[in-house]
Amino acid sequence: MNASTSETQVPFTTIIGLEVHVQLQTLTKLFCGCSTAFGAPPNTQVCPVCLGLPGSLPVMNQRAFRLALKAALALDCNIASFTKWDRKNYFYPDLPKGYQISQFDLPFSTDGTLEVIDPKGTIGPCRVGIVRVHLEEDAGKSMHDETAGSGDTRIDLNRAGTPLCEIVTQPDLRSPQEARLWLNELKLLLVYLGVSDCNMQEGSLRVDANVNLHIPQPDGRIAKTPIVEIKNMNSFRSVERALVYETTRQWGVWQETHAEMGKTPKQTRGWDDPAGVTRAQRHKEESSDYRYFPEPDLVPVTVSSAQQAAVRSEMGEPPVRVRKGLETRWKISAYDADVLVNQGRQLVDYFEELATLIGDGKIASNWLQQDVLRTLNERGGTIEDFPVRPAALAELIARVNAGDFDTSRAREIFSEMLASGRSAADAVLSMGIAVIGDDELVALCRDILAANPKIVADVKGGKEQAAAGLIGHAKKKNPNINPGKVRTICIDLIRAMQ
Amino acid sequence: MQPADLSAIDLVAAVRQGDLSAVQCTEAFLNRIQYCNGAINAFLNVDRAGALACAESIDVRRRSGQPLGPLAGLPVAVKDALCTADLPTTAASKMLENFRPPYDAFVVSRLRQADAVIVGKTNMDEFAMGGSNENSAFGPVHNPWDFSRAPGGSSGGSAACVAADMTPVAIGSDTGGSIRQPAGLCGITGLKPTYGRVSRRGLIAFASSLDQIGPMARSAADCALVLETIAGHDPGDSTSLTDAVPRYTSLLEQPLAGVRVGRVPEHFAAGLDPEVAKGVEEAFAVLKAAGATVHDIAMPHAKYGVATYYLVAPCEASSNLARYDGAHYGHRASAKPSSAFESPLIEMYCRSRAEGFGPEVKRRIMLGTYALSSGYYDAYYAKALKVRRLIRQDYLDAFEHVDLIGGPVSATPAFKLGEKTGDPLAMYLVDLYTVSTNLAGVGGISFPCGFTKSGLPIGFQLQAPALGEPLLLRASDRFQRLTDWHLRRPPNLTALCTPKG
Amino acid sequence: MTLSQQEVAKVAALARLALFDHELATMTSELSNIVGFVSLLEELDTTNVDPLAHPLDAENVFRDDVPSPSLSTAEALQSAPRHDGQYFLVPAVLGESGAA
Repeated sequence: MNASTSETQVPFTTIIGLEVHVQLQTLTKLFCGCSTAFGAPPNTQVCPVCLGLPGSLPVMNQRAFRLALKAALALDCNIASFTKWDRKNYFYPDLPKGYQISQFDLPFSTDGTLEVIDPKGTIGPCRVGIVRVHLEEDAGKSMHDETAGSGDTRIDLNRAGTPLCEIVTQPDLRSPQEARLWLNELKLLLVYLGVSDCNMQEGSLRVDANVNLHIPQPDGRIAKTPIVEIKNMNSFRSVERALVYETTRQWGVWQETHAEMGKTPKQTRGWDDPAGVTRAQRHKEESSDYRYFPEPDLVPVTVSSAQQAAVRSEMGEPPVRVRKGLETRWKISAYDADVLVNQGRQLVDYFEELATLIGDGKIASNWLQQDVLRTLNERGGTIEDFPVRPAALAELIARVNAGDFDTSRAREIFSEMLASGRSAADAVLSMGIAVIGDDELVALCRDILAANPKIVADVKGGKEQAAAGLIGHAKKKNPNINPGKVRTICIDLIRAMQ
Repeated sequence: MQPADLSAIDLVAAVRQGDLSAVQCTEAFLNRIQYCNGAINAFLNVDRAGALACAESIDVRRRSGQPLGPLAGLPVAVKDALCTADLPTTAASKMLENFRPPYDAFVVSRLRQADAVIVGKTNMDEFAMGGSNENSAFGPVHNPWDFSRAPGGSSGGSAACVAADMTPVAIGSDTGGSIRQPAGLCGITGLKPTYGRVSRRGLIAFASSLDQIGPMARSAADCALVLETIAGHDPGDSTSLTDAVPRYTSLLEQPLAGVRVGRVPEHFAAGLDPEVAKGVEEAFAVLKAAGATVHDIAMPHAKYGVATYYLVAPCEASSNLARYDGAHYGHRASAKPSSAFESPLIEMYCRSRAEGFGPEVKRRIMLGTYALSSGYYDAYYAKALKVRRLIRQDYLDAFEHVDLIGGPVSATPAFKLGEKTGDPLAMYLVDLYTVSTNLAGVGGISFPCGFTKSGLPIGFQLQAPALGEPLLLRASDRFQRLTDWHLRRPPNLTALCTPKG
Repeated sequence: MTLSQQEVAKVAALARLALFDHELATMTSELSNIVGFVSLLEELDTTNVDPLAHPLDAENVFRDDVPSPSLSTAEALQSAPRHDGQYFLVPAVLGESGAA
């Protein structure tokens, strides 16, 4: 539904804003010392505080605050010098205190931006404003088992009290594709900074989207369709699909009803991934009266500019700077830099180590993309435990550069290195590849020339491509020869005959 | 000499020296509880076995020369608003009738570490909401001075317990006067420390920005002894003060010469019982005799205290009590499917809370929910917070001129049980002299300063700036060296109590 | 200050308190009285007064991100009205949406 992807101009603009919750990478919960590790048996990571037992009191996790601050700084937010927490009151069985400790009127950061540039150039640069970033606690998990027929909802409070950073964007996104691209960049940023692992399967990143259409009217007025909030999207692909579906649905509804924003209340719809549709969720009128008030069990937090500077200094490079850095330092294309950076900080570190060792970014990038990443995709695993370390790969590449063997031979050696964990030299030995000395190679070439006068005559006659025929003969004599070298030597020898 | 005739300080010394075993001491008080509690209903739960086992272990350690804690062998009663891992903790609510906390409150741990002997949990107004102890789901407490009268509240059980010599000291909590007012009505001494001086961890919250735990005892000196143990920083309470805890008992000797005590003329306006007024004026005279000077001061916003309090406290309470919804612990209504609710879950919530909470708790939850709800927040909650600042400013201004503020703790002596139960608002006005202390977060103490002709205790209150506990205790102790009101005992109590069990 | 029964019923729903008809009338009159009383504050001009939510001046109280022992599942569930040894059990939620 976007001009740049569909090529056909649609008669409306899609307006999208996102609300993202990311779990901060802490060992313990926001207000107690219970572990945040994923996958523990139900109700084993709970204590009086996160169970909301009578008399229990919260104490804020300093690391959670610092990580949230890091995220806000990386998103170019203004950091409030004074911030406090509020209680958001509502009843739900996964919320044992009957309120969520969140931030209402004085979030610790506001007014940021995150820009993303599509390296393929299909989507223009999109600069998305951040309304606010705040720190709050997560709820537990409730499961309704329909099949058991018991009618009970089961509650696991392991997740209750997990630190979350809520990031709310301005409605600055203009297409589902842009939303997905932007989310990818946000995720990459937060992973690079060590703020969150952003694992959507484990619930450490969750996205809700607000979407509506702006439709220019013949009289010049812009009609706005009612805003719909979409929930339950569990991958960025789902976000894109749900937004595409919702955009089409809203356009259809508009054409039928001409219903505009404000005349109907904001609707919440859930994304049904298998069915590929959004469905209206029940709207509860009083549930929106959260009766926020300042949390009296916590004290406010102040952030000085020195503290901001300290967090900034330990922040590390955001992906956008890493991409630029790779482009300028290693003379690789924006596209290549993007591919490498999107694989994560560890792969970039691998790349930089390799590129430094061989002194060539382009070759390093090619090896990484064609061989290392392909292998990782096939075998799974992470770059940190990839068996061929940069030094070993650099040794192999150096031998290729030295002309010891050609690329296809090098790939075979690389496979052997992968399988055995051997160095390039050891792999060469174990594969029985004897490197032929230059004198030996020249002698071999002379023998071939002597045995193939017709080819020699052809080359002499100006048909240099005929030399290719010599390589086959050379390979028969010795499979370890470097074809490129054989070709050069033969041509040199033939020229010397004239 | 009977253990009940000794002060807490003397009891601890007697146990330490071996003149009295911890078991003898504990048994003496347990027997007294067994004898008196049936008539007074100060205890919701008595842990006879646990207390004796604890006392026994103290005696064993003393005999083998091991070090003992500063409260070794001292029987203590704890308000049932504090969590105890081995005893039910109900907050006097049907909601928590079967609740067992898996942890001890900070104050309870401190008491145990100090080798105090926890003998049981005391009755109170449900969730500490009330000024007469009549809001307990487990029956009212009877004032030991006159069984037909209320002991005050909400720490009425703790106050009556000490007044009837069932323990030498007790722990109370004070959100708007809940230590000081019952202490005053029961003729004992009760201290509400500065907000944050004593950790609230494990105290079942009523209003978090006002709640504070404190000691109740016969004398200020005994309060000082207990405060030394329970005060201090708790990293588990974000609002706990980090200031070092003085040795309160060693700071009592300094005379009162030069101490300036403020007197608020408005305190003596219509509504103050004449006998109470007389007792309070006489207390000022005693302080003068001790070397203090008395100065009239203005507290221009004092009259807004109760209205402010009855917005701030219910708002916080409506949120603090949301957790009692029958889901994870506490009372759950049995299912009676009804079409009046939109889901079985909501029905469970609404019925469990309707059945589990008493009428006063419901009123305050309703009031707080209303005052925080959309459209009313600014007019009520936000307005109250602004007036709260003005009230605190009154204190800051007053303490520029005086070191302490004296006055009545309640307008009347102990009132009849049932006298105010039909009129919630009349009950709220009982808190007139005490709520502002909590709104400002400062400390206050109350102690007996006389008796009415009919023999009911009259309480006197002193308030001090933040962390002014040493002066509060010193002035009260000095007063008690010059008077014997705090040594009086309810007459014929033994005869009036019918032994149970 | 008078609250209507309808307003009071709405507040009761927000507070998850079942109030039945006779209670609603009593509660409405009691709340009206109390709200009338606290409206005394209206007579004070608080235009330039900052709200004071808390008596404490403290700021920046944190704990380190260091794990401490959790309760056992049995302890966590010990006071639960209904549980299956692993989970708290509550009546059906019926399609309401969860936490933010």
